[in-house]
Amino acid sequence: MGVASYIKDIKDTVTSVFEGMAITFSHLVRRPMTIQYPDKIPVPIQETLPRRYRGILEVDMDICTGCLACERVCPITCIAIGIDMNKETKQRQFTHFDIDICKCMYCGLCAEACPTGSIRHSQEFEGASYNPAGLVRHFVTQPAPLYKPKKGGETDPKLAGKVDTGLKYLDEFATPDGGAAAEEG
Amino acid sequence: MQSYIDQLIQNGYFAGVPREVVYAIAMVLVAFIVLSVFVAPLAGVTSWLERRVWARMQSRIGPNRVGPQGILQWLADGIKNLLKEDLIPSAADSKLFSLAPYVVFVGFLCTFVVVPFGSALIVADLDIGILYILAVTSLVVVGILMAGWASNNKWSLLGGMRSAAQIVSYEIPAGLSVLTIVFLAGTLSMQGIIRSQGWAPWDWYLFNNPFTFAAFFLYFTAALAEGNRTPFDIPEAESELVAGYVTEYSGMRFLFFFFAEWGNLYVIGAVATTLFLGGWQVPPVTNDAILLGVLQFIVFFLKAYLWVFIAMWVRATLPRVRVDQLMALCWKHMVPLSFLCLLGTVCWMLAFPKGNTIFSVAMFIAGLLILAYFFKRVVFQIRHARPELYFKPHI
Repeated sequence: MGVASYIKDIKDTVTSVFEGMAITFSHLVRRPMTIQYPDKIPVPIQETLPRRYRGILEVDMDICTGCLACERVCPITCIAIGIDMNKETKQRQFTHFDIDICKCMYCGLCAEACPTGSIRHSQEFEGASYNPAGLVRHFVTQPAPLYKPKKGGETDPKLAGKVDTGLKYLDEFATPDGGAAAEEG
Repeated sequence: MQSYIDQLIQNGYFAGVPREVVYAIAMVLVAFIVLSVFVAPLAGVTSWLERRVWARMQSRIGPNRVGPQGILQWLADGIKNLLKEDLIPSAADSKLFSLAPYVVFVGFLCTFVVVPFGSALIVADLDIGILYILAVTSLVVVGILMAGWASNNKWSLLGGMRSAAQIVSYEIPAGLSVLTIVFLAGTLSMQGIIRSQGWAPWDWYLFNNPFTFAAFFLYFTAALAEGNRTPFDIPEAESELVAGYVTEYSGMRFLFFFFAEWGNLYVIGAVATTLFLGGWQVPPVTNDAILLGVLQFIVFFLKAYLWVFIAMWVRATLPRVRVDQLMALCWKHMVPLSFLCLLGTVCWMLAFPKGNTIFSVAMFIAGLLILAYFFKRVVFQIRHARPELYFKPHI
């Protein structure tokens, strides 16, 4: 090791430490990259997530036809639907519609299979609970009739909006290439 | 301190009590006051500040929940560690294992005997003050080796051995850098060294001549290595040795090691301030003794704490060196350079027996220019940060 390289080593050490300290000091005066979830955030995280995000499943019972397609397609049977006959009105009705979030693996097959787009992934992801039973989502609290699609389109304006929302979700977000197709169109 | 107690005895306080008993009680009281009023909060706040500064330099936020901006985090951590179980491994040498943290702690705390806080505020102005500091800080290596050996754990033992090698090696450049100042000041006493400097920056030994300027950085680097600080923290290198010599420790004993480490940062800063940065010297602005004392304390504390901050900053910047690099840096570079500084200072003293004020002022201006260039580089780095990352933290 010659004297020149010895001195060069010292010079390199001093200058690189000098430069490195400048970089870290510049970070000291910058704004931090991390956010203080969940206290100090300008908008809820749910609102910043993309629409195709697969959060916890939600069901719009007003437009659910009770076709059981989601229950059948679910690979781990986390969806349990009960339907029986109402003896007074002679119409079929839901007795329960439970989704076990513990089991759900967020594959999205149910949302793809649903004909009306009533079962879909929400942006919700905060599922903490004190016991597993608290993670079972009950969508039917008291027996409710099934939705029957009308020929020639929905006439009830309240339901029509929901049907449109469901179909739009089905077209654009539920299927793997839905978003791309919507963008092209 | 002793003169103050002598005065109290002469004024008739403690009548009938033997003088030695009064001294003993006073010593215990002073130690207690220094520990509880100054050292413990200082080490605690330093631990919090270090985590905050470190976090901000890594674009994180850091602990900010306990108290305003998280400033009481150290109290929460201290209470948590006090309440935790004090585990002693069954295979460990339990007596040595229990003793080791206190040896480390005593080695660090004893330095506060001679660390000055002001012209009158010092526990004991020993004639061999700086030598005493070098001597008692060496006690830390005994404690660390004890901890490493007694844990009966290979990580601990490796950490202890590395620490011993490191501290013993780095004593030499640190001691030689201190020696340059001892030559200039002509005394080993901490107060004597400060009194031989002035309040103006060009009266500081830092700007006395180019060799003391280099010796200052050599001292600071060596002191970081002696304090087991990053980039020289190989005794507790997380990625290699789990936690080195503290691997087996828990609860309060674990805390004692880190208490000593963070408190030691202030000692490093205080010694650097005493030797190179003019200590508590303030411009003669007032004749009021108490006001002057407060002013001296503030000036000394700020100068010392600046170097605590720089140690944190270095920790956030530099990666850990390897063991062989550590030894090469010490023996191939720092030891020859510190000898060079020593010789250079001696030659300078022969050439300018009364010092060279013009050259000192020029050195001071050169130092300011280096600082200005440094901030120019900081501004450059800020401008070249990726703007979309800078202005939108919620991506």
